[in-house]
Amino acid sequence: MNLELPTITDGQVEILLADLLEHYGYDFTGYSKASIKRRILRLYSLDKALSFAEFLYRINNDTFYFKRFVEQITVNVTEMFRDPVFFKTLRDVVLPKLGTYPFIRIWLAGCSTGEEAYSISIILKELNLLHKSLVYATDLNPIVLEKASQGMFAMSQMKQYSENYILSGGINDFSSYYTANYSLAKFNDELKSKLIFSTHNLVSDHSFNEFQLILCRNVLIYFDRDLQHKVLRLFDDSLEGLGYLALGTKETLDFSPISPNYKRIPAEKIWRKVI
Amino acid sequence: MGKCDALIIGGSAGSLDVLLKVLPLLRPDLSFPIVIVIHRKHGTDSLLPELLSGRTRLIVKEIDEKEPVLAGRVYIAPSDYHTLIEQDHTFSLDYSEKINYSRPAIDATFQTAAEVYREKLVCLLLSGSNADGVNGLKSVNGWGGIAVIQDPATAQVAYMPEQAAIHAKIDYTLGIEDMAEFINLLS
Repeated sequence: MNLELPTITDGQVEILLADLLEHYGYDFTGYSKASIKRRILRLYSLDKALSFAEFLYRINNDTFYFKRFVEQITVNVTEMFRDPVFFKTLRDVVLPKLGTYPFIRIWLAGCSTGEEAYSISIILKELNLLHKSLVYATDLNPIVLEKASQGMFAMSQMKQYSENYILSGGINDFSSYYTANYSLAKFNDELKSKLIFSTHNLVSDHSFNEFQLILCRNVLIYFDRDLQHKVLRLFDDSLEGLGYLALGTKETLDFSPISPNYKRIPAEKIWRKVI
Repeated sequence: MGKCDALIIGGSAGSLDVLLKVLPLLRPDLSFPIVIVIHRKHGTDSLLPELLSGRTRLIVKEIDEKEPVLAGRVYIAPSDYHTLIEQDHTFSLDYSEKINYSRPAIDATFQTAAEVYREKLVCLLLSGSNADGVNGLKSVNGWGGIAVIQDPATAQVAYMPEQAAIHAKIDYTLGIEDMAEFINLLS
């Protein structure tokens, strides 16, 4: 077995990213280079492109293939109650604070296929806050949003999700939130009654509301420092005073110009806007 | 021996014991960074950096995203992310699909480092029970770097270095007691 790996040069990646911006208005130029290159290479070999020229031509001229391209190069790996300790802090600290407000607006940026959105709905429901909450779950990729809005996830994942849920402080029988439908678990409609799925591109779109909680976990790792700063400013513009910003386990506000306005919850990647 | 700009060490089952033996013997003034990618279960805060820093005078730290890769340090890949190395010698983290059932995947770090450091990269694959790292070593071959494996006869689990020996071109095969001297001489 000699699996020769295809190669694409950094120059070719630049050409491709420039074309995407010009033809489709999708700007991936601020993405971390090694990561996006790996994603492109992965699709390139998955689809057995004959040459880089052919691959590029297809992306530029076949809108159906372009959609596949966007779906495949963005990372859509997610799970329910991922990092249970984080969700426990949401449940025990953050959401009870926000529960004193008459109305709670939450933005989940980069929601992918929706697993986190439903996780948040479950916690809101258990805290008796769902009726006065609205969760805007956004992603740049319309295909994953379509999937998210269906609220159906693989039955094979439920054991893991149930364990995560219990570790995050869940108090009910996790299986009471879905009905098994062959290989899929369909989550109860009540959970999506306060979820609004919509496209939003963090790179090019503006602030669209003011929120008390913004979650954006494991999205900034794909951006270079400049783009990270830009997106963090967008979050700052979209967050009310005393609102919370939650990032992924390995992400930080530390190097951003907005960091002086924020105070971190110890040991968590959650910051509170103090100005 | 040629100048080394980075040493990446990958391993899985049975590799921690090797690191615990080798790290104490390393010079504290190594002229290149060491990046360690070890498979482990995703849990809460990992104890690995703490465990290893007790065994060496080199600075040991878990990798933060966008952090510059500096000489004389030992970097530990965080659990549940892939660690990539960028052309500007910084780390990127990536939460994409598991590779070879693993995240971190040794392949991801070997492959991206191969392109960055080229003939000045040394990759060492230790004991382990799956074939992660083998494709990475093939990339290292392709970019002119140096591929090294733990002698399978000395490995607690020989499968990983054995697979590497079958599928990649191996420049050196080292017993555990030879590793520290080999690494020190790269400096």
